[in-house]
Amino acid sequence: MNKVTFKTDLCKGCGLCEEACPKKIVKLNPDKLNAKGYNVAEVSDEDMAKCIACAMCARMCPDCVITVEKN
Amino acid sequence: MATVFKKPHALTDKPLHYCPGCTHGIVHRLVAEVLDEMGIEGETIGVAPVGCSVFAYDYFNCDVIQAPHGRAPAVATGVKRARPDRFVFTYQGDGDLAAIGTNETVHVGTRGENITVIFINNAIYGMTGGQMAPTTLPGQVTQTSPYGRNVATQGYPIRVCEMLATLDGVAYAERVAIDGVPGIMNAKKAIRKAFETQKAGKGLSFVEVLSTCPTNWGMTPKDAIKWLKENMESYYPLGCYKDKE
Repeated sequence: MNKVTFKTDLCKGCGLCEEACPKKIVKLNPDKLNAKGYNVAEVSDEDMAKCIACAMCARMCPDCVITVEKN
Repeated sequence: MATVFKKPHALTDKPLHYCPGCTHGIVHRLVAEVLDEMGIEGETIGVAPVGCSVFAYDYFNCDVIQAPHGRAPAVATGVKRARPDRFVFTYQGDGDLAAIGTNETVHVGTRGENITVIFINNAIYGMTGGQMAPTTLPGQVTQTSPYGRNVATQGYPIRVCEMLATLDGVAYAERVAIDGVPGIMNAKKAIRKAFETQKAGKGLSFVEVLSTCPTNWGMTPKDAIKWLKENMESYYPLGCYKDKE
């Protein structure tokens, strides 16, 4: 399975990754805040199987939050 | 597992101070990716401006000097002439490059200094709180143009890329936009081309990057990208304006 990891401490919840994801699996979590107080972006465990490792989310992220690995 | 994407080495681990959704972070990363790919991080000297990106020296792993307001091309000229074996680039916003530093910008072009200039055009003054910039669009509302920029009293925006392309010393001038992932890939290609132009010693290489300022435009980051596409790209057409053989 492909793997997308988020350095959530750096996330500012801008949501540009949500918009960039062609599979619409990257989402801001309304129930999770980081130390800065932003709702962080994440991919849920069940959605991770749909990831095609295109890295569109990571390329759109202004804060280098996202690392993408392909298996 | 193969890594498809990770933070480039030429960026430090310091968290960026920019507002949520600000595209400065993306352009910083693109410059860093180009330094990584060309393997020139250790032989590059950057010059930071005054403006939101004043702290660029904290974010790039290469050496960076911070210049007085608008004077980055003048400082970069000195650096390049003293160390012609180094890659030298400036990273400037529109307040820095197109307002207080217009003189330095034009003359670094006329002299054909062999440096790279990365110009962030977001049509507003960011750091000082959203005042009208020389690049503010006609009719655009800012803190100092609350009824929209009136060209009868405040004049027209400057198209810096087109202006510089007329100068013989300018080797490469291209305008790109951070308007989505394809735009980002194009911007990276242009930045790479600019550094290659410098490597070939052809003269000034200039990349104008249309960027967003969600905070001062008063929009969400997603809406700001849309606004850039719908409003800025018609006034500032994308494309390569000069590519000297």
